[in-house]
Order: sequence, then C-alpha cells, then structure tokens
Amino acid sequence: MSTGTTKLDVVVSDVVPVNDLVTRFHFRRRDGELLPTFSGGAHVVVEMRDGDRTRLNPYSLMGSPLDTREYTISIRRDDVGRGGSLFMHRQVKPGLEMVISYPVNLFSLDLRARKHLMLAGGIGITPFMAQTAQLAGAGGNFELHYTCRTASLGTYADVLRERHGNRVRLYHDDREERIDLERLLSSQPLGTHLYVCGPAGMINWVRARAASLGWPPETVHFEHFAAPQPGAPFDVELAVSGKTIRVGEQQSLLEAIEAAGVDPPYLCRGGVCGQCETNVISSDGKFIHNDHWLSEEDHRSGCKIMPCVSRFEGKSLVLER
Amino acid sequence: MTAKTIISRPIYGTLSPQPGKHHLFIADAEGALAITDMAGKAPPGFFDGAEIVFIPDPEGKHISALEALEPAQLHLPPSFASLLPRLRQTLTNAHMGLRLYLAGTEGLIGQAMQAALEAGVDHTSIETEHRGSLARRMQCVHCKGITENVTTQPAACSHCGLLLLVRDHYSRRLAAFQGVCINAEDRSEIPPMEEAFP
Repeated sequence: MSTGTTKLDVVVSDVVPVNDLVTRFHFRRRDGELLPTFSGGAHVVVEMRDGDRTRLNPYSLMGSPLDTREYTISIRRDDVGRGGSLFMHRQVKPGLEMVISYPVNLFSLDLRARKHLMLAGGIGITPFMAQTAQLAGAGGNFELHYTCRTASLGTYADVLRERHGNRVRLYHDDREERIDLERLLSSQPLGTHLYVCGPAGMINWVRARAASLGWPPETVHFEHFAAPQPGAPFDVELAVSGKTIRVGEQQSLLEAIEAAGVDPPYLCRGGVCGQCETNVISSDGKFIHNDHWLSEEDHRSGCKIMPCVSRFEGKSLVLER
Repeated sequence: MTAKTIISRPIYGTLSPQPGKHHLFIADAEGALAITDMAGKAPPGFFDGAEIVFIPDPEGKHISALEALEPAQLHLPPSFASLLPRLRQTLTNAHMGLRLYLAGTEGLIGQAMQAALEAGVDHTSIETEHRGSLARRMQCVHCKGITENVTTQPAACSHCGLLLLVRDHYSRRLAAFQGVCINAEDRSEIPPMEEAFP
C-alpha cells in the first residue's frame, strides 16, 4: 500500500538510448488523458513485473512540469545492482503496459529563494532537468553545476547547455575539472538555496562544506535514493500480523514484508521519505542501516528500522508489523 | 521567555554562535546583554568577523560592554527607522555565510527580521533573543495604522482611535501584532485598561 498515492495505468510510449549507460523511458496514460501535475524534483515509483518478482524503484521525473502529456525518466544501467535497471534496459519496450505511482516530491524547490544553486553529479542530473525547465519558464534565477565522468557520459549536458547557456557549468572528471566548492558557496547572494543530487559522497561533501561556511540547514536540499543493498538472508517475525518471513539475498525487507501479504505504507522506497519507518520490538543481532531518514540516535537505539533499504544480521528480529 | 498561545506568536531563543563567515548583530536596549552573554560561548576570534548594530538608550548604557568585545564594526544608530535603509543595503549586498542575530525588544526583533525576510532569509535561520520590555508593535486591523510600544490591554489605535484588543496573532510580514476593535457592538462599553506588556 503506497500512502496517499493512487496508481497510474500507463503505456511506454518511447524508449530512447541516451548514451552507453543511460536510457530514457516515456510514459503516457493508457486512457489518453493528461497525467497529474507535478513540480520539479518529483519522482514516481515504477512497478517492474519481472516473472514472479515485482520490483518497485523510484525515479525522478525529468520532463518539463509544464507538459503533462507524458512523463519521462532516465535510468542508468547498474550491472551489479539488484536488477531493476537491467530489467528496464532489457525488457521494457514501447507499447508495454506498466503501472507507476502518482508523483511525489521530496526534493522540491523553495520558491521563496532569491536564487537557486544546483549541484548535480552523474545521473543525479535528472531532477534538475525538471527543476530548470520549471524555473526557466517562470524567469527564475538559477545556476547549475554538473559534474560527469566524461563528456560522452554527461547525460543531457548538451541539452542543458542549449536550453540554459551559461547558467549551466560542466565539470569533467577525466579532464581533472573540479568544482571550486569553497569559492562557489562563498560567493552566493544572501537568500540563495542550494540543491544537491548525486552520489552519496558528493552529497556529504557539499552538505558538510555548506554547513561549515554558514549555510543554514533549511537552505540546503538534497536527494539521494539509496538502492536496497543485497545481503545475507535473514528471518523476521512480524508481531502484529503473526507471520515469520525470510528476507532473501536480493530482496529488501520491505519487499519481503509485502510478499507475505502485509502492506506497510511507503512512498519513496529509497530511505528518504520516512513512510515505512517500523518499530523494532526486540532484536538480537546487528542492524545495517542504509537510510537518510532516521537520526543517528535512532540508528544506535536499535528501536527503529527503515525496511525499504536497511537489513539485519543476527539471531532474531521482531517488528511491529 | 514568552508562552506560546497561538501558532503565529513568535518564540524567541537564546543567542548562540553559528558557523558562518560574517556575523551581523542587531540589538537595542537590554539586547546588548544577550550579546555579551553569548560572547562567553563564542570561539576565539568570533567577533573579528562581526558587525554589531546597537540602538542605545538615551543614557548610552551597555555601549562600553559591546566595545569591549572588539567587533570588526560597532554601529550606533539613533533609531531603527534611521537604520533601516543602511540595513537593507547591507542585506542586499550580503552573501551566503552571513548569519543574523537579533536581540532586544520584540519590536526591534520583528522589524529587523522583516527586513531579513525581504532579503530572502528564512526566519528559522535567524538567531533571536528577547530582552527588556514586552511592549508590542501593533497593527490596527481596521485602519492598518501601526502603533508602537503598546503596553496596555486593550490599547487605543494611535491612528483611528478605536479601542483594540491586542491579540497574540502576529504577522511576520508586517512585524506587528494584530489589534481588533474590542467594543464593536457597543462603543460606549469601555473595558478596564490594564498594563499587560510592561
């Protein structure tokens, strides 16, 4: 059960390879109507029916919020992941009927800002595609700094440069180009908000520098969907529903709970939104927390877990589900 | 510290040193003591990057205590109104990394915050500490006139003369509490006036 979200019955209207790693998918409603309105930074959860297995992965909408005839997402192929991106790249063809969630925005622009400073790393560019389109349409003041490995892997760098000119600055790892973060963060006018999307290391680096340079936390926005990590199988007792389940190596705890017919609330499935937060009744073992939602104190207490991305190793785990 | 009655009623904290490249303090009257108290918790060299704007009382109380902190700049304007154009200029030219600290009367905190909000600073990003008088800056919801330093409940509007109930309902945009006519049904009914905000 996805809290407060209804599903959208869509059809894949186009599949476009963008470069060696990234493919873009277009969805339209099967009934031909317009899709729901969304704002830049929103994501949808895509249901992937792969034989008897269903994966639910979040992807940022990258199209212009001004055009709701179709939704577009871009997916980077991850050859060592749990298989969601490989399924999309290999199995999804135009004409396939799929189900996606309503859009949810956990990374929205703060439109009170005088200026929006955006930092993207790699495939973290996708929410900024929508946000820059939204701001450009409304005459908003923004600047996008985009780091990619090589020019050929700079997904949509050409499109962004063409659309927004000098507002987009590119940095290529293979040319040793690096953001001068200290200078960038120190030269922004008062009232600027900062947005970061990319690898966890980049997000942590930017957040730490911004905090030490005096950017108040409410001016720093970030999004990083943690993919559920595979791990050793473990057993869990669901006290409320009276079930004992086994979480498989390639399965997330949330997916295992759902497979047992229990429907916890969820929104992002990436450790960000907090919807699936679950109380631990008792445990004997070690938690492997991978979320960005719980506080460090919560992580240490062993009283809470985010089943979408976190795992457990040990003798026994009893959850309030 | 003032009790929270309704959600818009501002709650003030205790000044504490924030990470940042520049620090701008705006204070009046007893607000100077909030700054000197905070100085004890500040890291060495903190005031090297600080500007203190202090609106002193006629006796010039607390000025020497602020001088002793050796801030990069100490500015002593005669009133908030006379400070405002300069403050707006400072905020317009400022960069991220500037932190704001407001201390003293509610009227001072509210009006300085109003200027900061106009410059795009979130109210939650500002350190505040209330010291001194509880006197309120009030807007008459009927004629929109502002009355400064309201200490009584009810209070007369200094513009239209209506007798107003001074509400806890506060507007950050206007930097004022809302005053609503207390005897609209029968203007001959005059409730007793008490000293409510000394």
